[in-house]
Formats: sequence, C-alpha cells, structure tokens
Amino acid sequence: MGLDFSVVPAFAGALFSGALWTIAITLSAAVLSFFGGIVFAVIALYAPLVIRYPFRLFAWLFMGTPLLLQLFLIYFGLIQIGIDLPAFVAGVIGLGLHFAVYNSDIIQAGILAVDKGQYEGARTLGLSRIQTLRKVVVPQAVRSVVPPIGNNMIALLKDSALVSVIGVAELTLSSQMAISRTFRPFEFYVAAAACYYVINLGLEAGLRRIERRIQLAR
Amino acid sequence: MLRVFPFFLQAAWVTIQLSVLSCAMGLVCGALGAAARLSRSPALRFTGATYVSVIRGTPALIQVFILYFGGPQIGIQLEAFEAGVLALGFNIGAYMTETMRGAIISVDRGQNEAARTLGLSRFETFRSVILPQALRLMIRPLGVNINALIKGTALVAAISVVELTYTAQRYIGSTYKPFEMFLLAGSIYMVIIYVTGLGVSWLDRRVALK
Amino acid sequence: MSDRPIIDIRHAAKSYGPLEVLKDISLQVQKGRIVAIIGPSGSGKSTLLRAINDLDPLSSGEVWLDDIQVNKALPPRQYETHINSVRQNIGMVFQHFNLFPHLTVRDNITLAPKMLKGISKAEADQLAVEQLNKVGLLDRIDYYPSQLSGGQKQRVAIARALAMKPKVMLFDEATSALDPELVEEVNLVMKQLAEEHMTMIIVTHEMGFAQDVCDRVLFMDQGVVVEEGPPEVIFRNPSNERTKNFLRKHLKGQH
Repeated sequence: MGLDFSVVPAFAGALFSGALWTIAITLSAAVLSFFGGIVFAVIALYAPLVIRYPFRLFAWLFMGTPLLLQLFLIYFGLIQIGIDLPAFVAGVIGLGLHFAVYNSDIIQAGILAVDKGQYEGARTLGLSRIQTLRKVVVPQAVRSVVPPIGNNMIALLKDSALVSVIGVAELTLSSQMAISRTFRPFEFYVAAAACYYVINLGLEAGLRRIERRIQLAR
Repeated sequence: MLRVFPFFLQAAWVTIQLSVLSCAMGLVCGALGAAARLSRSPALRFTGATYVSVIRGTPALIQVFILYFGGPQIGIQLEAFEAGVLALGFNIGAYMTETMRGAIISVDRGQNEAARTLGLSRFETFRSVILPQALRLMIRPLGVNINALIKGTALVAAISVVELTYTAQRYIGSTYKPFEMFLLAGSIYMVIIYVTGLGVSWLDRRVALK
Repeated sequence: MSDRPIIDIRHAAKSYGPLEVLKDISLQVQKGRIVAIIGPSGSGKSTLLRAINDLDPLSSGEVWLDDIQVNKALPPRQYETHINSVRQNIGMVFQHFNLFPHLTVRDNITLAPKMLKGISKAEADQLAVEQLNKVGLLDRIDYYPSQLSGGQKQRVAIARALAMKPKVMLFDEATSALDPELVEEVNLVMKQLAEEHMTMIIVTHEMGFAQDVCDRVLFMDQGVVVEEGPPEVIFRNPSNERTKNFLRKHLKGQH
C-alpha cells in the first residue's frame, strides 16, 4: 500500500476545525498557565509557610511526573469522585496547571532578580507591600522572563496533542477520525504534523512580536 | 494497593528500558545532528537544521504515530515498543542536537583561534581542545533533556505500550482510588528521575575534576 | 516661617552588630529649610537620611514628621498602614533613580497618586503634566525610562516624588551616578525647589551646590555629626580638624 496524499484534501475541513480547536485549547491553557504561574510564584515566595510547603510539594509532584499521567488523573480520576468535566475543560486545566508550575519556576527567578531599588522606590512613595508587588515587581519580573515563558508556550502547543487521548477533538484526534475512515495513517499524521508546524511558526512570530513590543519597557 | 504493586513494578521496568534505549539513540542522533549543523557543508547544515526544526516544530505524539501507524505503509513494520524507542530517541535527539551545538559553540569562540595559531589542524583542535571542554558544559543541559525524555516516555501509552502511565491509566479508570494510583505511578517516575539526576551530577563532578 | 521643626530626629542610633553606624544624632529641620549632609563614604549620612522615612530603621531614637512619630513601635500590620501613610508625605530621590522601567514617564508619576489618593485618570494626567512642566520634561511624557538620559531620569524621579505633594524631600546623592555634564540640569531643578521653599534634606558630594543652596550644612564622620552650621562657616571657616581635612580633599578643583 503506497502513499497517496490526494485523500487528504477531502478532509481539509475536518482538519481545519481540529486545528482551530488546537489553537483554542493552546491559547486557553496558555492564559491559564501564565496567570496561574504568577499566582503560584507569589505563593511559592511569599505565602505563609502552611500554604507554601504543601504548594511546593504539589509543584514538585507536577514537575516530576508526565503530563499524560496528570491528564488521566484529572479526566478519569475526577469522574470517579463525581466530578465529570467536559474533555475540553479537563484538557485546558491539565495543560494549564502543568505549565503554570513550570512558568512559576521561571517567574520566581524573575521576581528575585528585580532590583532592590525598585522596592525602595515604590515603598518611599507610600505603596504597600502588596501594591508594590502587584504594580511594580511582578510586571517587571514577567517582562524579564518573556523569552523562557515563550518557550513553554511552544512546548504547550505541541503537548496539546496529548489531550486527544482524553477525547478532545483537536488536530490529532481529527486526523485519527480521518484515518479511521480512510485507513491512511501516514498521510493524515503527516498532514497533522504540517498543520502543527504552521501553527508553531505563527506562535513563534507572535512571541517575537511581544518581545519586540516590551523591549522599551524593561 | 498491594495487589496492583507488582504490575506497577513490571511497568516501571518497561519505562526504564524505554528511557535507556531512547536516550542512547537520542545521544547518537544529537551528536550526528550537532556535527551536521556545525559542518562546513551547506547540504549537511541544511539537513541538520531541517531535522531540528521539523522535530521540534511538531508534537512527539504525532511522530510516534507516524512511525507506528504510518510505518507499515512505507515498509517499516515495528512492534509498539520498538516504534516507541525509535520515535522518542529521534525526537529527543533534535533537542540534544541543540544542547550539544550550544555547548560546542560557547567553547569555540577564542579557544579555536588560540589552538589554530598553535598549528593544530581543524580536526585536532576540535578533538583535543574544543570537545573536552564542551563535554563538560553539556552534561547538565543534557540532564535536563533526559529528564524531559523520561517523562516523555509516557506518551507511548497512546500506542498501548504497557509502561507506567498506561498501567496507571488502567487502574485510575478501574479502581476507585484514582489519586492513589496517580501517586504510586508518580512516585516511581520521581524515583527514576531522581536516580538519573544523581547519575548526571556524579558524571558532571567527575568530568569537572579533569 | 514657624520655628516648630517639621523633621525632628531625637537621639538616633543604629548599629549592625558591633558596628555603630549612627551614634546619638539629633537634628531639627524647620519648614522651608534646606539642609545638606556631607561627609566621607561610610560616615552614616545615607543611613541617617534613610532613617527619616524608616527605609533603614533605627536601633534607637525617634524620628518625627510634624507631630507624627515616623518610627512608632506598632504591630506589623498596623505599622504597615502607618508607615505607608507617613511615606506619602516624604518624597525621596535616589542615586540610581529607581524609576519603574516597565512604566512610561506618565505612569511612573501617576502610579502612586492614582493608587493612594484615589484621583481620577484625568486629574492624574493633569498632575503629570504639571510636574513634568516643572522639571522641563513635558515632551517626554510618553517615553519609557530606557529612552531617557541619566539627568532626565533623575528629573522624572523628582517629578514622581513631587506628585505626592510631600512636606519634605530627601535627596540621597541624587547626582552621584550622573555623568558630569548631566549634573547641572538636576541641580537646577533642585535649586528651583529651594526657591519655592520646599523643605529639603540633601546628602551630597557636591560642595559647591551645598554652599549655594543650603541654609545649613552638617558634616558627618564615623556616625556622628562632627560639625554643623551655616555654609559660610562650614566651608570657609571650619573649626574641626576632620572637617578641614575632608574639605581640603573635596574642595580641590572646585571653587
């Protein structure tokens, strides 16, 4: 059985809608992982010990185990205790939390690297600790770590393929549905890979634009 | 818990085999990739760059699927385990290519000129001046790649290789103890990663002493 | 001008372990007066200045602003509220500007007024325009700090502090980090403030500037005020040997 890519265009619509879902899940999880990363970073650095230590344990567990395992826990595990999340929501939460933990690590380093003079500048104006953190320190920390967080976003896009295993009809699952009708796995997986590659190029271009835009404000 | 434990241990052994074999393959791919990317031949440089860009630009899961499900169409018939090892190794090799290239480049500046003015050939310079220093620099970042690889082996659960995540999924779905099953599998992953980390640190210290 | 001091430092002392950086210093500053603190590095002059808004808390002694004790002993939470409201009345300008790099000049100036005084965006903008006009940088209102020269940064930092309408301004070596040709533009802004009778305490290395602008000069060394008086006396006719030595080194090349 040779290769025949002419079967692909017939499923272009399905692949396109799968690609849109991939983009939707990636962006939703990226937003969750970004703000979650900030919250986690602040918890890891400043929360009272009774919160900080359990949180560090949670972070350690999330960084030391595979994303796929975490997705299984969130999707199949929660069903057993009566929480039946739609697959899309479970996927966004799983991807978002997983990358939030990674982002948190980066943002913590960014917060610690903010110059001491910035705290003094804000505090002498009369800003409280929390106001200083929210308006001065965290925004600067986040700007300084945009490139490594961008790398995490790119990893997130590729890992979004994993949510196909819990039944989100994104690009990978769409290509599998086409395969089950045509029995042409090679053609459709390559087509899916090409779509991912293009989305990846778009994401990289977007990240470069963000980096350029914040260049002055650093 | 006790009843399922032996199954998890068996699965852990599969995960370890997957990790070790694909790591070995990744190191080979990484070395070849780095050599290609740093070569003087434009064709080789292009091949190396394409390898890195395509592999890093697409999901590892899709790469596994192409090899395992698509392979037979182009005459490659593999067991799931074999396909998993090859795809994971080829995948991590692209990341290792960049790690190795980065280490070599960062030594190359200055050192290269110094060695060449001594009269060493390009090859001699690389072998006796650049490479020993670069090896030292690349051990820790390669450790990071290997850490990612170990967690990445989980995705061959999607082609039904009975490794840790596949086993955990089966019990997460069938016992009424999802968190316990997660923690059991998770702790085994962390032990594997921890021991690997110790190995990397040991190697790093040993090489640093020279 | 009333005789009641607006800043009143009583028996300030501070030590890091066995090292005494401030030894029983008292200082009163009347409203509208300008005091310069000079002295070799490590003399404790910056520490004293930073004690006034409790940025470097004293080990003992009291700091009063009007009739409020700045370094009041309070439980942490109450202290936090207390010190934040006190600091709104004490402007501070740093050697390294400490502008917020992620905010435009406008937002640097309006951040604290908007958050702490609850003024509207329009009022805040008006405030930024006023203050920037004062320091001659209105045309830079939408720039980021990274686009400004050192002198411009420091003038924005002064405008930022002034926007809180402080009762006192503290200057901690405001021109030491600047290239020599940029010092004058910052000095001009400070002179202008002096003419407007802003109460100022200035830690500086610039003897010429201290001589021109200040009502009173304190010479500090090793944590004590060695000598103080009007600039004519301190600079022309100091009585203490340490003061003479210090001035001999620092007036060289200046007039």
